[in-house]
Amino acid sequence: MSVSAVTTSSVQRSLRSGGRDWAGFVFEIVLLLSLLFALVTLFVLLADVLAKGLPVFAERGLDFLTSPLSSRPSQAGVAQGIIGTLIMAVLVPLFAFPVGVLTAVYLEEYAPDNRLTRLITVNIRNLAGVPSVVYGLLGLAVFVAAFAALGFGNGRNILAGALTLAVLVLPLVIITASEAIRAVPSTIREAGFGIGASHWQVVRTLILPSAAPGILTGMVLALSRALGETAPLILAGAVMGSFSTGGSLGEILTGPYTVLPIIVYDWARKPQADFRELTSAAIIVLLAVTLFANAIAILLRNRYVREW
Amino acid sequence: MTSTPPAPDGAPPAAVDGPAVSLRIDAATPLEPHATGSAEEQPVLAFRGVHFYYGSFRAVKDVTVDIHRNRITALIGPSGCGKSTLLRTINRMNDLIPHTRLEGQVLFHGENLYAPYVDPVEVRRRVGMVFQKPNPFPKSIYDNVAFGPRVTGMKGNLDDLVEASLRRAALWNEVKDKLKQSGLSLSGGQQQRLCIARAIATEPELILMDEPCSALDPRATLQIEDLMAELTERYTIVIVTHNMQQAARASDYTVFLNMAEDRAGYIVEQDETTRIFTNPANKMTEDYVSGRFG
Amino acid sequence: MTQATRTASGSSLVGRPGRRRSERLAKAVLMAAAGLSIVISVGIVLSVLAESIMFLSQIELSQLSAPGWFPRRGMYDLATLFAGTLMITVIAMLLAGPAGLLAAIWLSEYAGLGTRNRIKPVLEILAGIPSVVLGFFALTWISPNVVKAIFPTASTFNFLAAGIGVGILTIPLVASVSEDAMRAVPRSLREASYGLGARRTTTVLRVVLPASVSGVVAAFILAISRTVGETMVVAVAAGATGGSLFTLNPLGPGQTLTAAMASLATGSDQVTGDSAAYLSLFFLGLLLFLVTLALNVVGDVFVRRTRQRY
Repeated sequence: MSVSAVTTSSVQRSLRSGGRDWAGFVFEIVLLLSLLFALVTLFVLLADVLAKGLPVFAERGLDFLTSPLSSRPSQAGVAQGIIGTLIMAVLVPLFAFPVGVLTAVYLEEYAPDNRLTRLITVNIRNLAGVPSVVYGLLGLAVFVAAFAALGFGNGRNILAGALTLAVLVLPLVIITASEAIRAVPSTIREAGFGIGASHWQVVRTLILPSAAPGILTGMVLALSRALGETAPLILAGAVMGSFSTGGSLGEILTGPYTVLPIIVYDWARKPQADFRELTSAAIIVLLAVTLFANAIAILLRNRYVREW
Repeated sequence: MTSTPPAPDGAPPAAVDGPAVSLRIDAATPLEPHATGSAEEQPVLAFRGVHFYYGSFRAVKDVTVDIHRNRITALIGPSGCGKSTLLRTINRMNDLIPHTRLEGQVLFHGENLYAPYVDPVEVRRRVGMVFQKPNPFPKSIYDNVAFGPRVTGMKGNLDDLVEASLRRAALWNEVKDKLKQSGLSLSGGQQQRLCIARAIATEPELILMDEPCSALDPRATLQIEDLMAELTERYTIVIVTHNMQQAARASDYTVFLNMAEDRAGYIVEQDETTRIFTNPANKMTEDYVSGRFG
Repeated sequence: MTQATRTASGSSLVGRPGRRRSERLAKAVLMAAAGLSIVISVGIVLSVLAESIMFLSQIELSQLSAPGWFPRRGMYDLATLFAGTLMITVIAMLLAGPAGLLAAIWLSEYAGLGTRNRIKPVLEILAGIPSVVLGFFALTWISPNVVKAIFPTASTFNFLAAGIGVGILTIPLVASVSEDAMRAVPRSLREASYGLGARRTTTVLRVVLPASVSGVVAAFILAISRTVGETMVVAVAAGATGGSLFTLNPLGPGQTLTAAMASLATGSDQVTGDSAAYLSLFFLGLLLFLVTLALNVVGDVFVRRTRQRY
């Protein structure tokens, strides 16, 4: 085989030269630089955003967080985006997590091993790869249309948006939960059955607790993904530009809405230079939310790497 | 221990063959410790012409064995001869593997375990199992033992039951001060005794052991064997082992299986253990127990 | 012995009906959840498909090839959008392909376990940055400080900056899938190579990389799918205006499949109702869905091939 031919020649070469492996050294440097590129980019991005955005907080303090949207940069704030993102953080898990986890339990524990099940599994994996903007179309054609038909104005409310994002992250929740369930050693399952636990008892008292850290990690990652999404909500009816929010919960849920990423997009497109700083400040708020969620997920996972 | 008479419950066991009725009366009478394991007594468990299939592959063929009360029956044979498969037909663990099928009858006190009305979960509640590798749940020692009584909805004082089970598994003195610690914190031998305690906490009549010492060191192995001998006061044990010394030391009755040409396991010889190891009837048995193959 | 008594001791082996009922209930609920997931995926395809058919029935097919993409003027030139998407994908992959693969090699073959466990989360954080943020970064930092520094004639909104932005976003995906594939190569294969006295570089390039080639290919295909579907970076940094003429100039602004969808739904350009321009949104969605689906299916085949090998 070519492998052995190459290795022998390399053996001969190294025996003869006996010196440093310069080619290998250079290769490793190149590898390291590639990795550093990604890390440095992340650093530059964060530094740039902080440099541009922090002065806004220094100048206006909490006012930026509590003010509503405005076309005047000196008054514009992200309060509505924060509210919208927080509502999303409640609604999306409410819709997506139960369905996602239960689906994973069904597929891993109950579904017969047949062609249909395999088709469903492949289908879910493919759904996870569908671009998020396409989910926006689903939101527009199904959820927004449904709310409009039910008499909720034009249907472009945060409930439609939350359902859209829930559908978007559903495959991710199912896949990570499935993997966590599959990782539970079969010996645990067998022991449970051997004692005379019913299937559901095995699932509820043994498998789900053991898989919980993995499932939880997937949930937090999914949430972080949902809260950072922009494209689906552009289609599914988030408002660009300023609007006034109703006071009651009912008005908030059925009236116009926006979220932090949408504000970032909206402001990033504005030509005024003042909005550049505001955009960076809004990004700081957005990153604080999504990176916080991400960091929790990573911590959870690293902490609960189980040793069986 | 109190036993309640048969509950008039769900499908009638009328589907059972003739002798079932009288045998079920036998099942309802309280167990007597040190009951004689004589052949005339009705067996706790009886295989009658059992064949077992994985899909179209026959793994076990034509097994007929009686398992008697308060005795240890060992299933021995070379690897792949189907002894574990046979063991797992008793508590219907093989049901968890898709495309498996059993022909013949496995009679538990005369009642066919594979009758259509039988719920495998109910079977497993009355037949405990100890696995090859110690597999405590990632829960506390206490919760490990209490798991069975909890899921089977047993009433009574759980603390007492946990203590009694741990005592009977000869583990109480070692763990009584750390019941809240994880079962996984114990040593291998202790973990396996914890698994035994967990299995007997549901008060099964029959305990299945699938090579319970294969992952343990010699000292822990001897402890388990001593424990098995004590357990026969109350329980009937079926053990699969690849260790012939263990079968010779610990069991009362030995069933020797081998693989046929078609790779299906069949019984070569079964007899009192002393006889199998000292004066077997079959040449193949003699070769196997003397270590000439396997 | 104990006070605990066994219920139904000595009874026949029929299960308790109550438990059987709850068992069936649990299964029914789980099945309903799984069913809902299926309904949703079918829903996506059907909703997009129906509106796409309506779009195609409303326009002349000749409108699909025009000098550019101007949906409000009835010009639906698909070549314009595909050219834009292709440019973004090529630029992004030229960056993310090598950077992700080489980073993966270092993480898998050179980094100690501790270093690796510290660096992986940083890559994951990069992957977790919302794409709209990267779009803003591409527009306000990459475009002036990188693209215009090298090509002073480039416009503020340009494909190159957007492509670099998409590439940065894709590096973690390439790195993580490739690294998984390389780590799946059995240690024994590496030891065999070292046993022959091969250097590390030789072992990596001649043993590990060939053995993990399917996984690396999968990483690239999945990354391409990701770059094709990336919306916000392009919408922000490549100048998603109402329309664009056909262009292959990476230094100028333009449209892609995804950015065109975003601008169709955005602000004052927003189209609504049953106009052909509105329906074209769904047609683009369908095209995007089909392209990424095809890529994902192929990528998945390669992923599974690596898993099966060892």
